[in-house]
Amino acid sequence: MSDYPKNNFSYGPGGQVPLLTAEKVGTEEFIVNMGPQHPSTHGVCRLLLKMDGEVIPYTDRIDYVSAMFCNHGFCMAVEKLAEIEVPERAEYIRVIMDELNRIASHLIWLGTFALDLGAITPFLYCFREREMILDLFEMTCGQRMTFNYMRAGGVSRDLPEGFISKAKEFVKYFKPRVDEYEAILTENPIFLGRTKGVGILDKKTAIDYSVTGPNLRATGLKWDLRKEEPYSVYDRFEFDIPTGTKSDTWDRYIVRVQEMRQANRIVEQALESIPEGEIKTKTKPVFKPPQGEAYVRIESTRGEMGFYIVSEGEKTMPYRAKLRTASFSNLAALPEMTRGWKIADLVVIFASLDVIMPDVDR
Amino acid sequence: MFELDNVFKAVYFWLEGLFTRWGIPQFWLDLLSMLLIFAVIIAFISVSALFLVWWERKVSAHMQVRFGPMRTGWHGWRQTIIDAIKLIMKEDIVPAKVDKVVFVIAPIVVFVSALMVYVCIPFGRGLIVKDLNIGILYILAITTFTVVGLLMAGWGSNNKWSLLGGLRSAAQIVSYEVPLTLSVLGVVLLTQSLSMVEIVKSQVHFWDWYIIRQPIGFLVYITAAIAEVNRTPFDIPEAEQELVAGYSTEYSGMKFAMFFFAEFTNLFTISAVSTTLFLGGWHGPWLPSWMWFFIKTFSVILVIMWFRWTYPRIRVDQLMGFAWKFLLPLAFLNLILTGLFA
Repeated sequence: MSDYPKNNFSYGPGGQVPLLTAEKVGTEEFIVNMGPQHPSTHGVCRLLLKMDGEVIPYTDRIDYVSAMFCNHGFCMAVEKLAEIEVPERAEYIRVIMDELNRIASHLIWLGTFALDLGAITPFLYCFREREMILDLFEMTCGQRMTFNYMRAGGVSRDLPEGFISKAKEFVKYFKPRVDEYEAILTENPIFLGRTKGVGILDKKTAIDYSVTGPNLRATGLKWDLRKEEPYSVYDRFEFDIPTGTKSDTWDRYIVRVQEMRQANRIVEQALESIPEGEIKTKTKPVFKPPQGEAYVRIESTRGEMGFYIVSEGEKTMPYRAKLRTASFSNLAALPEMTRGWKIADLVVIFASLDVIMPDVDR
Repeated sequence: MFELDNVFKAVYFWLEGLFTRWGIPQFWLDLLSMLLIFAVIIAFISVSALFLVWWERKVSAHMQVRFGPMRTGWHGWRQTIIDAIKLIMKEDIVPAKVDKVVFVIAPIVVFVSALMVYVCIPFGRGLIVKDLNIGILYILAITTFTVVGLLMAGWGSNNKWSLLGGLRSAAQIVSYEVPLTLSVLGVVLLTQSLSMVEIVKSQVHFWDWYIIRQPIGFLVYITAAIAEVNRTPFDIPEAEQELVAGYSTEYSGMKFAMFFFAEFTNLFTISAVSTTLFLGGWHGPWLPSWMWFFIKTFSVILVIMWFRWTYPRIRVDQLMGFAWKFLLPLAFLNLILTGLFA
């Protein structure tokens, strides 16, 4: 954060033009891309430091594109600390929400990625479907992006009437849509030329930089926390972990596209088998977790998201809360991938990492 | 059948009658008719550019599950007219540190070179300003002038992004000029004439069209032509993710409008030339010849727009590699094959 000048708006088109050294160009493009998101980074900083007196901290804005995961992770950490059992229905709802959010987030990624390549149409296709998911979220918790939906012990409210049928409709509708995105991009020779072999991140470097999520799976390593150490009710569903082979930009693209299909599959299964019952274990209104510490990690859209909480057992707020977010580590590997490529490639490689600024700098 | 050239002929003969009755020399009649034709062409270009902007917005919108402009008139048809009026009425800003002369002349050079091509485009049977016997050569030569204008704009703006954009444009247009010319040569070989009218006259029937007899030539031409007018997937000079707005970054108001007009005029030009060279020009059954010409031209434009809203952009080095390593050999091959079998 300290690297930024005080007036963040001095960058961008027509602003400061840095010298054309490799590093400087990198920095500049980075800000051009991320400029619009930058003001929100500040908001996140304030919000997170302010975690006072509330049992449910406002975790949504860590990764505002897939906020359900932040909710989920933090709640799991608190539950682990306080040994709260989560009702089965709540777990199912969480999984449905997580996976829908994964699709929504990957859709944003796909759209903006194509936009950085100069293809404008996929962006609007993606937002058409994302809108439907956001409608589902709005139905459930009244919010479209920063949900604040999950609570320690369950979720804040039950699925509304008609949600299941509407979600099933979406699942059915979404399957052929993925083929549509693939038809416009996957085999397109220009797209292949721009992404095949570009920005290779080999398996060893990826592990060294602790890159996770789709970026790691694109290197061919089958590592997904939903399979490796299943949390929630993920062990009950059937799904595959798509992996890449060449660990280039195209692989990162295809892994995410396949993940959308798999997420859709999970949602479909969860909607079929969701049980009736409680949605929240009763907790006291003023809730003090017992003394101790807990660390949980979940597979968010962007990779491994870890929550570490230390409680003194006396106050409602944690003594210490540390987050491990995927974007931070993923972004750190950018120099390794971009060395020797052109500016136009840098934009594409950077986009292919799927980094969200508040997720990098909490 | 209603042929447009009859209208022009009627006007000309009426004027001639007036002039002879009043005893005015032939020179003034020629001058007046030239001015009239020029006015008609300017009007035609303005209207078609405005229409194309609107059409592009509608086509892109419908490809992207949107509607595009809807508020101003029926399906927003007045939108581009309003935009044009806005651009004309804007303050004419010349930034402080630009090279004033070059900065001001650049859009004029680009626009005039786009305009001059229309001298020998056959819009219909007998509907051509001047059937030059070197027609296609003239068109290829004139369109190259655009490079000068773009370089002037990039240099004169005194802005790094503009200069980069201008340089990219120049490199791109000069590179693609070569396969473009070679692909046209195949048609010229078969016709044994450089005149646009002669080229059209040699493709009366559908099976005579050069798209059938010169398929490789057509593909090379259309690819190189899209690159010539800097459209996706070859719109690298204007890659906003990399270069802000390229050579036109510093321009506003009427000067920007001239670049914009020239862009869409050039789009019409390449479509019209490809119609003339490869798609049989004005030939077609039932409808008047000029109508056939426009139907074909706008179909080509539609396809080019379709490319734009489907494809990603290619990289600078890939662009050059594509021109020199793929298109050029292919154009040569086409020329050799044509020479062998014609």
